[in-house]
Amino acid sequence: MTTALAAAPAPADRHGRGGRGGRGGRHVMPALGTLPFFGYVAVFLLIPTVIVVVGAFRSTDGSFSLKNLTALGDATVLSAFGQSVILSAVTAVIGAVVGGLLAYVLVTGSPRSVSRRIVTAACSVLAQFGGVMLAFAFQATVGFPGAMVTQLLHSWFGVTGSGSWLYTVTGLMLVYSYFQIPLMVIVFLPAVDGIREQWREAAETLGGSTWVYWRRVAGPLLAPAFLGSTLLLFANAFSAYATAAALITQSNPIVPLQISGAITNEVNVGHADVAKVLALGMVVVVAIVMALYAMLQRRTSRWLG
Amino acid sequence: MTTAAPAPPRPQQLRRTRRRKQATLRWIVIAVVMAFFVIPLLSMLYFSVRFPLSGKWTGQAWSNVIHLGSLAAGDPADYGQLWDGLKNSGVLVVFTVVLMVVLLVPTMTWIRLRVRWLARVMEFICLLPLTIPAIVLVVGLAPIYRIVSNLLSTSGIWLCFVYVILVLPFAYRALDAGLGAIDVVTLSEAARSLGAGWGRVMWQVVLPNIRSAVISACFISIALVLGEFTIAELLNRNNLQTGIFLVSQSDGQLAVTMALAALVLVFLLLVVLSLFSGGRRSQEGS
Repeated sequence: MTTALAAAPAPADRHGRGGRGGRGGRHVMPALGTLPFFGYVAVFLLIPTVIVVVGAFRSTDGSFSLKNLTALGDATVLSAFGQSVILSAVTAVIGAVVGGLLAYVLVTGSPRSVSRRIVTAACSVLAQFGGVMLAFAFQATVGFPGAMVTQLLHSWFGVTGSGSWLYTVTGLMLVYSYFQIPLMVIVFLPAVDGIREQWREAAETLGGSTWVYWRRVAGPLLAPAFLGSTLLLFANAFSAYATAAALITQSNPIVPLQISGAITNEVNVGHADVAKVLALGMVVVVAIVMALYAMLQRRTSRWLG
Repeated sequence: MTTAAPAPPRPQQLRRTRRRKQATLRWIVIAVVMAFFVIPLLSMLYFSVRFPLSGKWTGQAWSNVIHLGSLAAGDPADYGQLWDGLKNSGVLVVFTVVLMVVLLVPTMTWIRLRVRWLARVMEFICLLPLTIPAIVLVVGLAPIYRIVSNLLSTSGIWLCFVYVILVLPFAYRALDAGLGAIDVVTLSEAARSLGAGWGRVMWQVVLPNIRSAVISACFISIALVLGEFTIAELLNRNNLQTGIFLVSQSDGQLAVTMALAALVLVFLLLVVLSLFSGGRRSQEGS
């Protein structure tokens, strides 16, 4: 902070405006106005993050140690990370493909059409929809023999289902898709919007087929945005907790559930540290994914700003 | 080029057939995906008005939602918790929104006016919660909230402090767009030269000019607060979602009905928001 202070004199202060010119420390004084905000963020965001990171590297007597990290080698923890990665990857791909297709068909219509406005409005709502309410919605759909869709399938096709698969990681894949698809539409739509119809016409005039157009023009242009959005979806699914917690109560197959298990087990000595180590592991994964996302995002904006 | 000369209408023809094909594809894709979105919601509605075992129709759950207050008095353990959580969430919405506006609007304006070199830091910090999942944040928050409990109380309403952090990325983006669209420097210089104090500049000059951005930020905050479960559950605080979850173990129908009611509320709120912001964008575009 001090280096930045020295490096960049606040331009607005040149004329000593605002009646503060008489006081000393011209460059520092204006920055004091942001103190409440940064103080607040320090207490409720930065310190908790530091607590997690430091806690993961601290032994019971308070000294630095890597011993806690051995918890990451534990078989159940490894399997939880594996399951989380699979769940996030599968739902990210489902979301990206279906959401990408939806975004594409929306763009081929008129930008002011009612259908487009309704679908984008619905998507921006549904992407925020998660947690307990979403879990209930799917329970009411296929979660037990009397659920609406299960019942319909039974009376129409004679298929019987107990719905127990919903309460597994496979079930979570279906449920997560419910917010992944709309999220994809929201983040991918601007990129698809950037595609000009003239490019397609140019390809056609030069004798290119639809296939050539997609492989040589639209595909390469959209690829960074598509990949980037997929990564964002991955991070989104990886961080989600509430939906899984409401559906799966008997075991902790994915990392967020493992963390909550470790927190509620805090009475056992050492379990709080396990929570911190797991949390650190999650942050590392999400941070890497988000960094890649930011990189791809920059690449996208070069062509499809 | 010369070979293409005898067929000038070709591109238009192509375009027309493509348009037709695209329209068919469009409607199929939209219909299928929308069905996927709508069926779970319909199922909730179906579940809320019908006993799953006997198959009898009932409006009991909906009337219970409306009369939750009086039900709560009779059964403090379950319905009482839900009622309490509902009230907490109501207070949380107000506290979070007020705190968010009070913290962000003056700071962001001030940074634009006087401390531009902090803009990057501010942006980084505001977007940081996107990379720190709530389930991770809650691990580090436990000691902080132990202090909060000692200083204030163990009530769920103090979750507003961390909820401000959760809404930070979304609120920041909305407000940043709003502030970017007006000339803050000129506006505040004009007000200052006419003798207005900084408080007056914020409340009577800046705030009214970014009203729609502030409203967007508030709406998204409200939706987030009403849907939050993770942090409340793991810090053992009570809010609407933890209340619904608790009740679902004894009265699934009421829980689903309550969830649907909350959902419809949030849904309407966000639809209003997105139509609102969409409308504004198209105005700016024209």
